[in-house]
Amino acid sequence: MTATSDVSSHAIARARWRPAEIAFWILAASCAFLFPSRYLIMTDIIRLALFTLSLDLILGYAGIVSLGHAAFFGVGAYSAGLMALHGIINEPVIALVVAGLIAMALGLLTSFLVIRGVDLTRLMVTLGIALLLEALAERFSNITGGTDGLQGIEMQPILGLFAFDMFGKTGFFYSLIVTFLLFLLARRIVNSPFGLSLRAIKNNPLRASAIGVPVNRRLIAIYTVAAFYAGIAGALFTQTTALASLDVFAFERSADLMLVLVIGGTGYLYGGLIGAVVFKMLQELFQTITPQYWMFWIGLVLVVMVLVGRERIHRWVLWGPNLIIRQVFGRKAVVAVPESDAP
Amino acid sequence: MTTLFTILFDGVAYGMLLFVLACGLAVTLGLMNFVNLAHGAFAMTGGYICAVLVNNSGWPFFAALPLAFVSAAAIGVLLERTLYRHLYTRSHLDQVLFTIGLTFMSVAAVDYIMGSSRIFIKLPAALEGQFDFFGVGIGRYRLMIIVICGLLTVALQLILARTRFGSRLRAAVDDPRAAIGLGINVPQVFAFTFAFGCGLAGLGGALSAEILGLDPYFPLKFMIYFLIVVTVGGSSSITGPFLASLLLGIGDVAGKYYVPKMGPFVIYTIMIVILIWRPNGLFGRAAAR
Amino acid sequence: MTIALETKGLEKSFGGLKVTRDLSLKVEQGARHALIGPNGAGKTTVINLLTGVLKPNAGRILLEGNDITDLAVHKRVLRGLSRTFQINQLYADLTPLETIGLAVSERLGRGGDWWRRMGTRGDVNQEIAETLGSFHLLDVMNERTATLPYGKQRLLEIAVAIATRPRVLLLDEPAAGVPESERHDILAAVAALPRDVTVLLIEHDMDLVFSFADRISVLVNGAMLVEGPPDEVARDPQVKAVYLGEAADA
Repeated sequence: MTATSDVSSHAIARARWRPAEIAFWILAASCAFLFPSRYLIMTDIIRLALFTLSLDLILGYAGIVSLGHAAFFGVGAYSAGLMALHGIINEPVIALVVAGLIAMALGLLTSFLVIRGVDLTRLMVTLGIALLLEALAERFSNITGGTDGLQGIEMQPILGLFAFDMFGKTGFFYSLIVTFLLFLLARRIVNSPFGLSLRAIKNNPLRASAIGVPVNRRLIAIYTVAAFYAGIAGALFTQTTALASLDVFAFERSADLMLVLVIGGTGYLYGGLIGAVVFKMLQELFQTITPQYWMFWIGLVLVVMVLVGRERIHRWVLWGPNLIIRQVFGRKAVVAVPESDAP
Repeated sequence: MTTLFTILFDGVAYGMLLFVLACGLAVTLGLMNFVNLAHGAFAMTGGYICAVLVNNSGWPFFAALPLAFVSAAAIGVLLERTLYRHLYTRSHLDQVLFTIGLTFMSVAAVDYIMGSSRIFIKLPAALEGQFDFFGVGIGRYRLMIIVICGLLTVALQLILARTRFGSRLRAAVDDPRAAIGLGINVPQVFAFTFAFGCGLAGLGGALSAEILGLDPYFPLKFMIYFLIVVTVGGSSSITGPFLASLLLGIGDVAGKYYVPKMGPFVIYTIMIVILIWRPNGLFGRAAAR
Repeated sequence: MTIALETKGLEKSFGGLKVTRDLSLKVEQGARHALIGPNGAGKTTVINLLTGVLKPNAGRILLEGNDITDLAVHKRVLRGLSRTFQINQLYADLTPLETIGLAVSERLGRGGDWWRRMGTRGDVNQEIAETLGSFHLLDVMNERTATLPYGKQRLLEIAVAIATRPRVLLLDEPAAGVPESERHDILAAVAALPRDVTVLLIEHDMDLVFSFADRISVLVNGAMLVEGPPDEVARDPQVKAVYLGEAADA
């Protein structure tokens, strides 16, 4: 039956690798050789990209607005830091996974609060949890080092083979590989029936349950997965910088994260990656103008983006590249405008 | 026993202050389902204007308070007419992003103009210190707060219950579409309420400099408090937020006194317990719109 | 005859307002049953009670003899009770293919599969193709739902409900707002629903009701006024009074 094969090919098409995607990752990897003196900032960008990817999973795909995603980042960061500091788990990759799992457990625990109620309740709960953790970290400063943070973290070589070097080359490749692997996993997830059900929930939760989707169970699942991703991002932060201090939980970190995601666009996975690059460039630019008042510029960018309309800005930005693609390759634009938000 | 009363007294003062700060937010939420995370910025504005008038221009404290209200309300109405009103139909995400943006800008702007350290407002001598009331230490300033905020609360309740504007507002909160059908100019009601709420926040900001501390990070520090008040209290009436504010104020003061090391956790625990128990808030509507 | 869907003494009130009063309804297996009533009679509340969006204050709901009163919305769907929506509640950003695919995956219990890509299961694909085909949606299966003509959206509305393989289907005003030119397709789709699916039609449009239903219940002020075969209901003086009254108001 040809209709069935049509259905199959259309359904799979969404999950197929596009040339632009492959180009994106080749470009990302080649940055290692293009800018060998800038490993630290590039590692910074990759970490932020992974963290944003985590937010995209819940915000872009499931429509959960979070004001406190830094909670999971912070838990991952401290877990990794404490494990390295006290020699609990010395091998970075295992420690990374364990840190992710700890954040994941917290995600599972708090997801039951987050799925209850409306957007406003979610804002309060997510923000409250991050603040609660920050206060806990401050209270137990004998463990966390308080405002000074964890001191004297020394990282062992990755897999016992690759030692972290002072130029950050190892850290860069380590972060890039971890992020790429987790990206592949996220890509699988969002193109699966599970991912489809998330998009349906975001579009219309009432309707989703009316065709048999267990809405709460799906939201709990993705929130937990996103917590794992954020935990890994936090652990990467500690492992590549040998730092973990109270500000990993800060509200500004959660708010910046939203900005990064909306700059890049929600709901197509690359938003976080592209947003991270643009965000860091903006940061460099504004910090050369007025270093202390970075917050003002972030605020201005947020306000302008919303007033002009996020989708409109993305259309403007994509107009050039899509025109070239149409002219040169004679095919439809590859990068579509991201999906609209749920009403 | 007397400490208990002192804590109760301080807690009530704190709670009433929170109510004046946050009730405007509750109404705007109920009316337009608009999430305004920048509400604290209006409070901060009122506080700083009062501080400048009193400390630098030598105004009497009680003359500066109304001006804190008026100026915050004026800024509120200006922003409502120029920016906010474009966002009522947008997604909550857009509203959150926009108002966080405004908050950040206000924080940085105040930091730039006024410096980052905490400021104090010079109080008249009559308001300083405390007096003894049957063995209970009563802070004069806190007593004044309870009086002012108590009067405001009663006045608000009367306006809502007795006046024509109040009945329109209640109709609009109840069902905006039906209210438009009844010929109520909902955008106008909303603009007015928004401005009034901002004014109250500004007044609250001026009053809170002494108790909560006023610095450029005020809007961020107290965002969670405002959110708790409106989510726990619900937005269908002002009684809910009022009771939620008192609960939060007393809980916070008592927590900081009895378990000083765990002080900040008390309110979060209250918040989480209430949410598990009543996901739509203590006084919220059964079904969310 | 076996009873497919039954309510016993269903009550629902909002605040002090009783919107459903002591509603006892029996829908027979394979029936084409219509629930009609003037505006404000509480038809939508009945649907919300049946599907589990609202919880009744009193009374029970039985699906094929099993009590489903306390089941969550999605669990009722998996038990075989589906509905369509009066106003469009489709996924604007999803394609018809994805919408149907989701319903089929969930019914097969594969909706939580996070590792498998969409489109890789032959049985799912075949069922999607059959459903799309029987509702004339194959040609638009890969377009965003929001861009489809309204008539196609209404068809998809019914198609997605059918894709959950219901034994009882609640049709909430299937032809509401459909332009005259596309109306025929909808009516044909409704008429072609499999006979083994019990249908409860909630409708305003009397032509549709009388051409389709073999049994009619009339709801007024949340309570059952009359129930019987169409010709009997049409002759009933109480029903006439209600509808004439409404016509006089309008």
